[in-house]
Amino acid sequence: MYDVIIIGAGVSGSSSARELSRYKARVCVLEKAEDVCCGTSKANSAIVHAGYDAANGSLMAKLNVQGNEMMEELSRELDFSFNRCGSLVVCIDKDSLPDLKALYERGVKNGVKDMQLILDRDEIFKLEPNLSDEVVGVLYAPTAGIVCPFGMNIAMAENANANGVEFKFDTEVTGLRPIEGGWEIETNNGTYQTRCVVNAAGVYSDKFHNMVSEKKIHITPRRGDYCLLDKKAGKHVKHTIFALPSKYGKGVLVSPTVHGNLLVGPTAIDIEDKEATATTRAGLDELIEKAGLNVKNLPMRQVITSFAGLRAHEDGHEFIIGEVPGAPGFVDCAAIESPGLTSAPAIGKMVAGIVRDLLDLEENPDFNGTRKGILDPDTLSTEEYNELIKKNPAYGNIICRCEMVTEGEILDAIHRPLGAKSLDSVKRRTRAGMGRCQSGFCSPRVMEILARELNMGMLDITKSGGSSKLAVGTNKDRI
Amino acid sequence: MKSYDIVIIGGGPAGLAAAIAAKKEGVDSILILERDKELGGILNQCIHNGFGLHTFKEELTGPEYAARFIDQAAELGIEYKLRTMVTNISPDKVVTALNREEGLFSIQAKAVVLSMGCRERSRGALNIPGYRPAGIFSAGTAQRLVNMEGYMPGREVVILGSGDIGLIMARRMTLEGAKVKVVAELMPYSGGLKRNIVQCLDDYGIPLKLSHTVVEIRGKERVEGVTLAQVDGKGKPIPGTEEDYDCDTLLLSVGLIPENELSGDMGVEMNPVTSGPKVDERMQTNIEGVFACGNVLHVHDLVDFVSEEAAAAGRNAARYVKGGENQSTGQVIALNPVNGVRYTVPCTIDPAKMDDEQVVRFRVGSVFKNCFIGVYFDDERVQHRKRQVMAPGEMEEVKLEKAKLLERPGLKTITIQVEEA
Repeated sequence: MYDVIIIGAGVSGSSSARELSRYKARVCVLEKAEDVCCGTSKANSAIVHAGYDAANGSLMAKLNVQGNEMMEELSRELDFSFNRCGSLVVCIDKDSLPDLKALYERGVKNGVKDMQLILDRDEIFKLEPNLSDEVVGVLYAPTAGIVCPFGMNIAMAENANANGVEFKFDTEVTGLRPIEGGWEIETNNGTYQTRCVVNAAGVYSDKFHNMVSEKKIHITPRRGDYCLLDKKAGKHVKHTIFALPSKYGKGVLVSPTVHGNLLVGPTAIDIEDKEATATTRAGLDELIEKAGLNVKNLPMRQVITSFAGLRAHEDGHEFIIGEVPGAPGFVDCAAIESPGLTSAPAIGKMVAGIVRDLLDLEENPDFNGTRKGILDPDTLSTEEYNELIKKNPAYGNIICRCEMVTEGEILDAIHRPLGAKSLDSVKRRTRAGMGRCQSGFCSPRVMEILARELNMGMLDITKSGGSSKLAVGTNKDRI
Repeated sequence: MKSYDIVIIGGGPAGLAAAIAAKKEGVDSILILERDKELGGILNQCIHNGFGLHTFKEELTGPEYAARFIDQAAELGIEYKLRTMVTNISPDKVVTALNREEGLFSIQAKAVVLSMGCRERSRGALNIPGYRPAGIFSAGTAQRLVNMEGYMPGREVVILGSGDIGLIMARRMTLEGAKVKVVAELMPYSGGLKRNIVQCLDDYGIPLKLSHTVVEIRGKERVEGVTLAQVDGKGKPIPGTEEDYDCDTLLLSVGLIPENELSGDMGVEMNPVTSGPKVDERMQTNIEGVFACGNVLHVHDLVDFVSEEAAAAGRNAARYVKGGENQSTGQVIALNPVNGVRYTVPCTIDPAKMDDEQVVRFRVGSVFKNCFIGVYFDDERVQHRKRQVMAPGEMEEVKLEKAKLLERPGLKTITIQVEEA
């Protein structure tokens, strides 16, 4: 019997797992996909919000500000990319200036530090030259930042795993049943027993909550379409640019990414299908139309890919974290929508605290909170790099030419704890295939490496697990 | 730091031809840097025939065509490094590269020939909505999987884009046992060679739907189908014209982009029309001693023309190194592509430095029937050549004679345009 089973290896589940690994407990994470970071956590704005958005006194506000404050140190401990680039909320309509001021005041009450309301256009353009000429004021929040969402999620999971947390992939929870002293969890991969359950199932967290509670919750997958632009456009803005909702609509954000691309999005389209991550023509057209409202001369011709993510929007628009009344040992970590990524470090801490108190867990004296990420040779001096290639020539072999990813990095991604097994899982760990040619060049090469290293046939290599096979047969095999 | 007279970036058809020509012009110190495991570039995966009709007057496969040049380079003792990725070229021609054996190393070159080729435009660049399942391949990636590795990327195929690689892959997939259901082309004309439409689609009964595009991709893990729709004159899908196709594979042949990240970083000036460097009559870029040729300069339809153009780049690089170039008289004639002519290579001509005959290559912007190509020296028409059909998929050329240009020391602009009958 496990002490804790966490449903979902997204950023909330993985953060909870890592925080729980600080205690002496048998913890297991069940994930229906083939890898960590396969749902909402992989397709979002990658923003570390300052914390002025959420309502005063809400759990969202509290965890947002806390998560933001934790991010810097955590990114060092766990070696993932984070850049406190600051954000600007842009107001292009004089009539909406009171709303900008209200946002500032809400931020102050939420405990957001160092914000500035700037109404001097010269000062605004000095800060961000490519803002719309219509700008009349901005809310500058220097504490906002950008993060690698995959990097953070994967780092948390790897570190949890290094500290003893088990992960079971391709394992979908199908049923929950209270048993003596805990819960029995039914999956497509066998039955598990645990003293405590953490429901970190993202857009599915209502499903599991509703299995054990009379007080139903309802999550609406709120689809957000995004466009990612070439690195050539990456310096178009320096800060994350939000639109102040106005008579022109809600607007979309424009932000640099930690990897040097430019991200434009998201739309907000409420749907019911929890798997419908397809972009639509209407969604992409809306993005292209709205993106230009606050930022001028956006080079939308330099889009290299578009994607959609689903926010786990609950009707009450508030994080639901805590033991479910009437379901002892069942802890919700549900309805985690924006600012969920920012809040993740604080969410993990809060969940672990609840579980610790429930199970009366002792500290794990062997806990090691530091984790080394995949070595990026770009961070080395020429001498260090050449030393590395001498020791391991795979670092001298470029596999992904757009992102300059070496075979050495890919081998590391495959062989480290919770290693990559598919094209997309290599991509999220190393960026191979994430560049301007979108894996046209490197995909056959990465397939070969995966097949060789994992001792699999080329026909078994998938894009992202399940039935996403890339090659379906050999030449003339059906003739 | 090691130094070479000429460093050639890329060992495909352009790089090989440039190296051979430079060697024959009398430069011995030449190094080709190639990122793949063998020389020959993209030709190695082009196993169909039809290469070399102009150069060798016979029909060769891609690897055979490449082999002719590889053998010649070997006979001439031209040095090359394989599995070597160039990571940077500085404006003063220090080439930095990376491989397993030598690590990160730098080479000082007197002249550099850019011959990195091109890459395929991806699905993302087209903003096709839908899921992102397995089974969406650029045609060239599929070609590599099939022709070099022996794996089928799918069984039931829809192809978007009628570029040459897409057409060639329609035939290849059919020959390997797949069912190619349709080729859809956004434009009202094909982007590929006429002969490929006949030999790769018509001969196998594969329909080509012009003015059509993919408006939806179905299937979350693997492609399950796509929806095509007709587009209007602006390329916008027309509601009500949607047609569903069940398929497990979508191949994209929607354009090639010269791979000029290295060139751009070193400060080479680009032509926004071709996405390749602006070059003069010697294939020299705005940086002295840096030359460009092949698909990195502009996307070609026939490799024969790549070889020819690259040889010129190689010869001129050699002359530059040896210092035996003609002195310029200061006259620089601008080439002015207008009225249906999208661009020219070269962009400028210095009559003192040009060869006796200069081939100017260009593409037209749409299909023209029974038209003329007009060439003007300033305002005076000097050539008027009938063309039955011109299409964007087929490269056009005009030839200029040095003697004629030297006769006109005041000549400033040569205009090339399409003219109605």
